[in-house]
Amino acid sequence: MAKGVKPRVKVPKSASAGDVVTLKTLISHKMESGQRKDKDGNVIPRSIIHRFTCEFNGAMVVDVTMESAISTNPYFEFDAKVDAAGDFKFTWYDDDGSVYDTTKSIKVA
Amino acid sequence: MKTYGIAAILAASTMIGANIATADESAELIVNGEIEIVTRTAAPAHLSDALDEVISGWVFRSDQTQEMQGDDFDNPGMIWVEAAEEAWSTPEGEKGKSCADCHGDAESMAGVKATFPKWNDGAEKVYTLQMQMNDCRENRMGAEAWGYDKSPAINMEALLSSVSRGMPVNVAIDGPGQATWEKGKELYYTRTGQLDLSCASCHEENYGNMIRADHLSQGQINGFPTYRLKNAKLNGVHSRFKGCVRDTRAQTYKPGSDEFIALEMYVASRGNGLSIEGPSVRN
Repeated sequence: MAKGVKPRVKVPKSASAGDVVTLKTLISHKMESGQRKDKDGNVIPRSIIHRFTCEFNGAMVVDVTMESAISTNPYFEFDAKVDAAGDFKFTWYDDDGSVYDTTKSIKVA
Repeated sequence: MKTYGIAAILAASTMIGANIATADESAELIVNGEIEIVTRTAAPAHLSDALDEVISGWVFRSDQTQEMQGDDFDNPGMIWVEAAEEAWSTPEGEKGKSCADCHGDAESMAGVKATFPKWNDGAEKVYTLQMQMNDCRENRMGAEAWGYDKSPAINMEALLSSVSRGMPVNVAIDGPGQATWEKGKELYYTRTGQLDLSCASCHEENYGNMIRADHLSQGQINGFPTYRLKNAKLNGVHSRFKGCVRDTRAQTYKPGSDEFIALEMYVASRGNGLSIEGPSVRN
């Protein structure tokens, strides 16, 4: 398992029904591309997060496929329309099989 | 928070020729909507012959880079601050102590960063913040010293800097540390390398101008440690000095060397009055 992986998300605590809210996510991850070589000339195996999803009350908001060229500590910012109170679930899928997730609730005032 | 946007339009309309990269001369930096950062102020007395105003490197950066520093979530440097928060309360060394055992919360260290480098009576020399941290590690914790500007040290420096944000840099230039400060000043004005450049050649005489594709700042270090977009990690002051000296095509001093300690003390004092910004975001 990759070291020092820590998901961070920023979701507004509350919104009005029908509001479009901005969600920010960042996960600290080395994102080894698989293109680099070590001192002895051996290829360092790829180890990246290859998929990121965000669901709201079970409905998919975004589903992102990442490839080798993505940067270290990938950051995503996107908008979602909130019709009712509920939970945003963010999930990251690592090449090594690890799955990291975090959930944030939003209230509708 | 939206002060940048309006200021950018005003600045753009008066923009001419030379200052192409200075899109946002009059922008104000407020971090997380609450910490007001002084990015321009009157030069400290010792510098009044050379400069009227001292200006944070933040002012010289593009709008997008400036905005990243306005919110801790958008500031990638905070990743390492969080890592240091864990290290802060992790016991290490023979005595099984953590930083928190003596100091309590990291927030209690607010203001500490602002006065470093400063004279240490016990050691009878000028200490940078990293040297003070290592003094604690070796003598109070019985732990191994961290390598200069290496990641655990730079992360901790970033944490200590982050809790001091908004406070004015206040490095003492008199007293027992004065000899070191004078040495730093001499280094600052000494031309080095095949290109025969001193720090002052770029950062005092030509700030605001372009050196090829780079927009020269005053070389202030109030924003250090700084997250650089070019290498996607936190950078220490000494490592940055090293990069600058190398660019003059000179043999560089080492991070943690007496020369760089003296230079850090002098350069920090040139920013007396500016706010602590670290971890800042630069290109």
